[in-house]
Amino acid sequence: MKTDDLIKALAADAKSVEPPIARTLAAAVAVGALLSLVLFLAMVGPRPDFAEVASSSVRFVFKFVVTLSLAISAFLLVRGLSRPDFKPDKRLWWLTLGPGLLLFGIALEMMSVPSDTWHARMIGHNSFYCMTLIPLLSLAPFAAVLYALKAGAPANPTIAGAVAGILSAGIAATLYASHCTDDSPMFVAMWYPVGFVLMTVLGALIGSRFLRW
Amino acid sequence: MARIQGGHVLNVTFYRPPTKLLEGAELDRKTRDAEWSTLMRAALAGDEAAYRKLLDDLSRFLRGVVRRGFAGVGIARDDVEDVVQDVLLAIHLKRHTWDPAMPLGPWVLAIARNKMIDGLRRRGRRPEVAIDLQQFDIEGEDQQASIDAHDVQRVLSGLSERNRDIVQSISIDGHSARDVADRLGMTEVAVRVALHRSLKTLADTYQEKVE
Repeated sequence: MKTDDLIKALAADAKSVEPPIARTLAAAVAVGALLSLVLFLAMVGPRPDFAEVASSSVRFVFKFVVTLSLAISAFLLVRGLSRPDFKPDKRLWWLTLGPGLLLFGIALEMMSVPSDTWHARMIGHNSFYCMTLIPLLSLAPFAAVLYALKAGAPANPTIAGAVAGILSAGIAATLYASHCTDDSPMFVAMWYPVGFVLMTVLGALIGSRFLRW
Repeated sequence: MARIQGGHVLNVTFYRPPTKLLEGAELDRKTRDAEWSTLMRAALAGDEAAYRKLLDDLSRFLRGVVRRGFAGVGIARDDVEDVVQDVLLAIHLKRHTWDPAMPLGPWVLAIARNKMIDGLRRRGRRPEVAIDLQQFDIEGEDQQASIDAHDVQRVLSGLSERNRDIVQSISIDGHSARDVADRLGMTEVAVRVALHRSLKTLADTYQEKVE
């Protein structure tokens, strides 16, 4: 086929344009998060004293600062990574904001509680739930975001998939944090990363194949 | 074709924002980018004529880009045209990933780069992904527009008879979707949908050949 002929066919298809990729991604995140929220409420729900600790416990609120800063920075990055001409460069450092804050929180915790309680705070009571619920609640946003990214044209499918994994784990961890009664940043740093790492690796693996275009 | 293993550095560059006062080529590029962006905005709003003009311009530009990028790898001229067509298809199917606030040129080059790497892989080369980003201003090239590229042709033959008929009537014979619809006793919308699906299939089949 001659290129000029192909151009005629493409021009005739001018009206078929899809919605802007940023809008598709935002919709995917909203739908994925909503599905996870429903699943979360059906399975475990927020802890009974949620309203009380939300207004009185710094440690409790701090969990959301950490998980939301990861989720939001991952979302902003994924929006860029869905385009072929986006070069993340230094913007990948945004992802270190959440972990950085967490380290800061641990330092404060070490200064404010006696060292013989550190171990118990780190191990907590909910590690099993934490390690299973975060990946489980990640699944809906993970699938939705990958599906939306498939409509994009990521320059680097592996990185786009990995950051999609972080985004979905960020949403899941935010939900889970409202259920979990272990509020010490030491617990968060010990167990939350399991789900994040799992989803990130899964995202990179799936992205490297599924997100090629 | 001989399978040559080993790296080849693709010679594509990305647009760099001007660091000094605009002069000569830099100014030309800015003007060209602005014009392309305007055409693409019109195309995204459904303007077929603007879209066709844009794709014409881009195909000349891309021919230069691909030929320069493949220089010295022993890629035949027809193969260059195959890659140009693959890039045009990708531009078409991914045009909603262009941010209208950004210039179009770098976006086009990013897509071209991706498809050139695919093109080399498909031909048994293992491209170094470290792409050499040098300054460049590639003159448009016209002389190949009349060469038949084989890949799309081969893929076309894999479409259903009706879809192939629709694509060929609109492309090669230059009929409108309306005329084709009348001739085949379909609605115009159905013809447009079939055309769009067929173009997607063409692009997907290119992709499968890489994997």
